[in-house]
Amino acid sequence: MIQFIVHDENDSVGVVTVEGLKTNNTVTGWVMDQDKLIDIKINQDIPIGHKLAIKKLNKDDTVIKYGVDIGRTIANIEVGDHLHVHNVKTKRW
Amino acid sequence: MNLSEKIYAYRRDNNRVGIRNYVVILPVDDISNAACEAVANNIKGTTALPHPYGRLQFGEDLDLHFRTMIGTGSNPNVAAVVVIGIEPGWTQKIVDGIATTGKPVQGFSIEKKGDIQTIADASKAAYGMVRYATGLQREPCDISELWVSTKCGESDTTSGFGSNPTVGNAFDKLYENNNTLLFGETSEITGGEHLVEARCANDAVAKKFMFMFNRYQDMIERFKTDDLSESQPTKGNIEGGLTTIEEKALGNIQKIGKKCRVDGVLDKAEMPTGKGLWFMDSSSAAGEMVTLCAASGYVAHLFPTGQGNIIGNPILPVIKICANPRTVRTMSEHVDVDVTGLLNRDINMDQAGDKLIDVMVKVANGQMTAAEILGHQEFILTRLYESA
Repeated sequence: MIQFIVHDENDSVGVVTVEGLKTNNTVTGWVMDQDKLIDIKINQDIPIGHKLAIKKLNKDDTVIKYGVDIGRTIANIEVGDHLHVHNVKTKRW
Repeated sequence: MNLSEKIYAYRRDNNRVGIRNYVVILPVDDISNAACEAVANNIKGTTALPHPYGRLQFGEDLDLHFRTMIGTGSNPNVAAVVVIGIEPGWTQKIVDGIATTGKPVQGFSIEKKGDIQTIADASKAAYGMVRYATGLQREPCDISELWVSTKCGESDTTSGFGSNPTVGNAFDKLYENNNTLLFGETSEITGGEHLVEARCANDAVAKKFMFMFNRYQDMIERFKTDDLSESQPTKGNIEGGLTTIEEKALGNIQKIGKKCRVDGVLDKAEMPTGKGLWFMDSSSAAGEMVTLCAASGYVAHLFPTGQGNIIGNPILPVIKICANPRTVRTMSEHVDVDVTGLLNRDINMDQAGDKLIDVMVKVANGQMTAAEILGHQEFILTRLYESA
């Protein structure tokens, strides 16, 4: 059962595709481009459609999704953390 | 998927193919809405398109108004048009523009007559047009004759790996089939503009695309008061898990597939002059963008959604594609194509693209979309600046 999807193994993030994931769940993700599975333990409840970090990121790092820059971190982020507007901002506008 | 199958559709005098057969009652301006709605109430089988503009506009904004009005009336999904305006000059300009298609069109102006006489005269004309339009027969046409546009709405992360690449897969197939295609949403390319630029067919197209992109960026920079963090991405996008405009843009761009080239660039409501994939400079607001697609002559629209945008259009059938299982469960009456199977690998992208084309062919043959059945008729004009 796949619980999150990653576009490319070099991305920083995966996207949760099921409802009801809770803190400390170990969840299975499908890396689409490389067609392989990975397991990660999540550190918070993460809603469907939201992102989890699959790489450790420091404050002011660049977040990569689809192999492309999608913004910068404004806090340190651990593997399994919920990654969203509270810890990532646009580099545009 | 066999794209050489015939569809049954309406071939117009200018040889364009329509999949609907509307008699439209078109107001030139806001104050003619009441007369148009009265005619549409008198004469069954007609559709009034009320809107809030058309007075004291000038320059490029006025040009866009005329392009949108003339383009809407000229759309092949429209069989015949009654135009009503407060005065004869601008009314006739729109009538003349629509008349170049060869379809029946007649104009009426209210000054020196009043609403009641105008409604009576225009109702008689509309009566004749409904007789004419309902006497037309669908005939065999090629799928390649369909002009197909796309724009997504209330996107979330499932749009980026589900519903948007489904449209991309269908676009790759339709491109190879020689269809005329369109995408736009200029601000929602921010962060991925280099990817679209690289897909342009030649340097001239790439240059024109970057001109349109930078023009829109300049407008946002001029008027913004913050980082647009509740408009782009929207509250709904953020609820759905999208964090930044760059992330939203990369998902958005999935709609142009992997193989299509961008063959040309259009300003708002301009009509393409050849086959292939066109980029139109346009707002990312669903109502505005889909209205511009209709004004550019597109007859079917593919609309992927994540959180569940419910938009429709009065003359352009809007087909909704969704990969979010929660949205499909809670808003099923708004979804035409369910591609949630992509998320648990029950179906692959090729199958999802075929499923979408299959639904599009049914809609082209006359099956109503969710938005049509639910009565969504958003007709939303784009304005460039204040009236004089």
